[in-house]
Amino acid sequence: MDNLPFLSILIALPLIGALAILVLARGDEETVARNAKQVALANSTIVFVVSLLLWVGFDRADPGFQYVEEYTWISQYNIAYRVGVDGISVLFVLLATLLTPLCILSAWDAVKNRVKEYMVAFLVLEALMIGTFVALDLVLFYVFFEAVLIPMFLIIGVWGGARRVYSAFKFFLYTLLGSVLMLVAIMTLIFTQGTADMIQLIKGDLGLAQNIQIWLWLAFFASFAVKMPMWPVHTWLPDAHVEAPTAGSVILAGVLLKMGGYGFLRFSLPMLPEASEAMALFVQILSIIAIVYTSIVALAQEDMKKLIAYSSVAHMGYVTLGIFSLNDMGVNGAIFQMLSHGVISAALFLIVGVVYDRLHTRMISRYGGIVETMPRYAIIFMLFMMASVGLPGTAGFVGEFMTLFGAFQANMWIGILAASGIVLGATYMLLLYRRVVFGKLEKDDLKAMLDMTPREIFIFAPLVILVLWMGVWPMPFLDIMSASVDALLVPFVEADAAGVAASN
Amino acid sequence: MNSDFSDIAVILPELLLSVMGMVLLIWGAFRGNRDFHVITLTAAALMAAAAVLAILTPTGGGFNNLFVNDAFAQFAKFVIFGAGSVCALMAVTFSADTFRRFEMPVLMMYAATGLSIMVSSQDLMTVYLGIELSSLSAYVLAAMRRDNLRASEAGLKYFILGALSSVILLYGMSMVYGYTGGTSFDAIAAGIGGDASFGLIIGLVFLIAGLAFKISAAPFHMWTPDVYQGAPTPITAFLATASKMGAFALVIRVMLEPFADITAEWRQIIILLAIVSMIWGSLAAIWQTNIKRMMAYSSIGHMGFALVGVAAGSEAGVAGCLVYLATYVVMNLGAFALILSMKRGGQPVETIADLAGLSRDRLPMALALLVVFFSMAGIPPLAGFFGKFLVFTAAIEAGFWWLAVIGLVTSVLSAFYYIRVIKVAFFDEPGEDGGFDASDISLRTVYGASAVFLLIFIAFVGYVIDWAGASAGVFA
Repeated sequence: MDNLPFLSILIALPLIGALAILVLARGDEETVARNAKQVALANSTIVFVVSLLLWVGFDRADPGFQYVEEYTWISQYNIAYRVGVDGISVLFVLLATLLTPLCILSAWDAVKNRVKEYMVAFLVLEALMIGTFVALDLVLFYVFFEAVLIPMFLIIGVWGGARRVYSAFKFFLYTLLGSVLMLVAIMTLIFTQGTADMIQLIKGDLGLAQNIQIWLWLAFFASFAVKMPMWPVHTWLPDAHVEAPTAGSVILAGVLLKMGGYGFLRFSLPMLPEASEAMALFVQILSIIAIVYTSIVALAQEDMKKLIAYSSVAHMGYVTLGIFSLNDMGVNGAIFQMLSHGVISAALFLIVGVVYDRLHTRMISRYGGIVETMPRYAIIFMLFMMASVGLPGTAGFVGEFMTLFGAFQANMWIGILAASGIVLGATYMLLLYRRVVFGKLEKDDLKAMLDMTPREIFIFAPLVILVLWMGVWPMPFLDIMSASVDALLVPFVEADAAGVAASN
Repeated sequence: MNSDFSDIAVILPELLLSVMGMVLLIWGAFRGNRDFHVITLTAAALMAAAAVLAILTPTGGGFNNLFVNDAFAQFAKFVIFGAGSVCALMAVTFSADTFRRFEMPVLMMYAATGLSIMVSSQDLMTVYLGIELSSLSAYVLAAMRRDNLRASEAGLKYFILGALSSVILLYGMSMVYGYTGGTSFDAIAAGIGGDASFGLIIGLVFLIAGLAFKISAAPFHMWTPDVYQGAPTPITAFLATASKMGAFALVIRVMLEPFADITAEWRQIIILLAIVSMIWGSLAAIWQTNIKRMMAYSSIGHMGFALVGVAAGSEAGVAGCLVYLATYVVMNLGAFALILSMKRGGQPVETIADLAGLSRDRLPMALALLVVFFSMAGIPPLAGFFGKFLVFTAAIEAGFWWLAVIGLVTSVLSAFYYIRVIKVAFFDEPGEDGGFDASDISLRTVYGASAVFLLIFIAFVGYVIDWAGASAGVFA
């Protein structure tokens, strides 16, 4: 069983499913839609189970890459099909495989037109997301990273809201512009190092001059900062979120944003350590601005999805802050924060989706007092609202606490400023909750709203379990990443030690 | 060296096409346009055979070193004949049309023969003969629909500007001859002796300007949009694919064989052409409403991207160019097959807005369009990405990282108009005027095969690069 090409199977399975739906689904529209949904759900569930096997078989003590596969691809530049996972990427693979079946389930009744294409798009998207996180070759990574834009562009543009075309274009061109600069960096790395093998490059010591390191770092930064997104290049995100269908927002917030953070961990830190160190303060300051500024912007939002989108930018601010604290606590916390945000923001967008499916509006002012008609909904909403605020006992707390801790270790003033974001975060989320759930139940259409169906509750069940599990007992998640994170931080620890020795 | 059988051996594909072209011409003269269908299919089959023959033909020079069949020529000929064959296949759709002239496939064969002579030339005279054979055939092809005002205008414009460019080219050639004392590539290289005189530079500028006309690089592109729009679509496809491949391969050969020692001199001109073409091709296409005009600007942009590989001046750059052009040809064949399939209620339509609702009416066609246009935009995992990747990597290796940055940023600009086509086909609601007609089997084959090729290219890109690398090796 050890010899099975696990990761290739993970990438191939959803693609096979998508192809099967595309080619085999025949008959009248209703049959096609039903079959497509069932196949997509079964397929993505199987993928999730396979990825669990990956998790079970993962050796937590090994900081290097596991399940590595390598096949010749383009011999000229030593570019090959190389895949593998370490303690960092395995968690993101799981996040992607977990959220996809939930997305498909959430679209069960909500999506009525072009169901077949919708399911195909999501399965293709899943394969590409997995590919991005397991790729260990610069070109292969770029291919997956970039290809994700295609299905996402279609998901926003075909099934989105009123301004879907504008949002889809903005999303596509913004992220593409960032990515092509990364491509320049990738080309330069390939040509200076003579290989595209990331396992080799991650070991560091690329022998690049300081100024070249900075340029390459900036090129990678352009791509990942847009993807994250970091202030001030975040403006595509609120538009994309608002117009995307529910499941699209879930994947966007849950997984795609994490590609930016993952990129920092995979490229910027290990390959360009000196530049990362030099630019750390710059990123920290941008993160602080993101946390404070977007939290204030979120306060002013009238649209539920837009509010959550801005809160995502703020939460991602903690991630970049943690990563560029360049210490153990910060980086572990950043990864944990990404996972917890993946679960929480996904849940929050699904929560918006539940009421949107009933009332077809996301305006906060159109709601109020729905605790009376939808008590179960109110409870689940409360849990995730609290998790987003960072209440102890939920996943959100662990991530925010650890990243803040790391930030304090690195720079006290940065830590203090970032902590203020928590207060702001609590304000807008509580305000949202009060205006939507509490208050007087006056509107007639709200009085007639039905509580969550068993299918909807079933979607939330795994997310509820996860958010509590990660909050109460985070060790299984931190354990799996710690060895890899330690290895990642070696150059920075050495630099610190050298600095301390010098000052003594 | 006397002309003997070994001379004949290296021109087998050209020989096949010229002899069979005459046979088809006589056949057509007797049977008239009734046999358009059969003649066109035969022409397609002959060009496909010539493509295979091009690889099998032994390498080597011939005709007193006027002509050479090397690995580079083989690669280029394979693409040229392959593209010609597919274009003839597309022309089959005219069978039921009142407009069906048997001369069309035959002229395509002669144009392809001219192109293949161009890529094999070892002497400026051969270059000129090849260019004129292909251009004269192409002028007639573009103006073939002579009862149509736009087609005649296109043909006339193409002829006048093409003739002008030939004059410029000839002038450049005469200057080069005057300052180096030879017309054969070897003699020119020897005459330069590593140092470029002022007169030679002037000749070189004229030579490059003339060639730039043929590949429609900006600012020598003015004929392209009108000709693309006016010519019958299979002809446009031929001009956009086979002609471009041939002319571009000639540019590579002329730059890297006789002028290899003065790379620094011609590189500035090529870089200028590349930058202007990339920027103008990307910007001007944004405002086009006619899809064929848009494709014209798109091809100008693509030529700019490919020229980046020439500017690199290295083997890797040439290999990148070849891969770029090969994928470009496949993308354009697919795109023009799709354009030819755009029919509502039996009437062909040509504006981008006419694609609205395509994904509802004809999903397979819409998916092919999705693949082809994302590939043109250079989005991985599709084939178009790899060409860009290779030429820009070569440019960075040669030290022109800023050129790569300009190229990649303009490729984002050009992505805008490519995905706009996809947007219309997928996001827009269909209008009132009825759905799309089912397309012909020949067109379905072409765009289907093109889309599948672009999609699975990623799996065998390594082999294509190896082949292109071996072809580029002749300039080592």
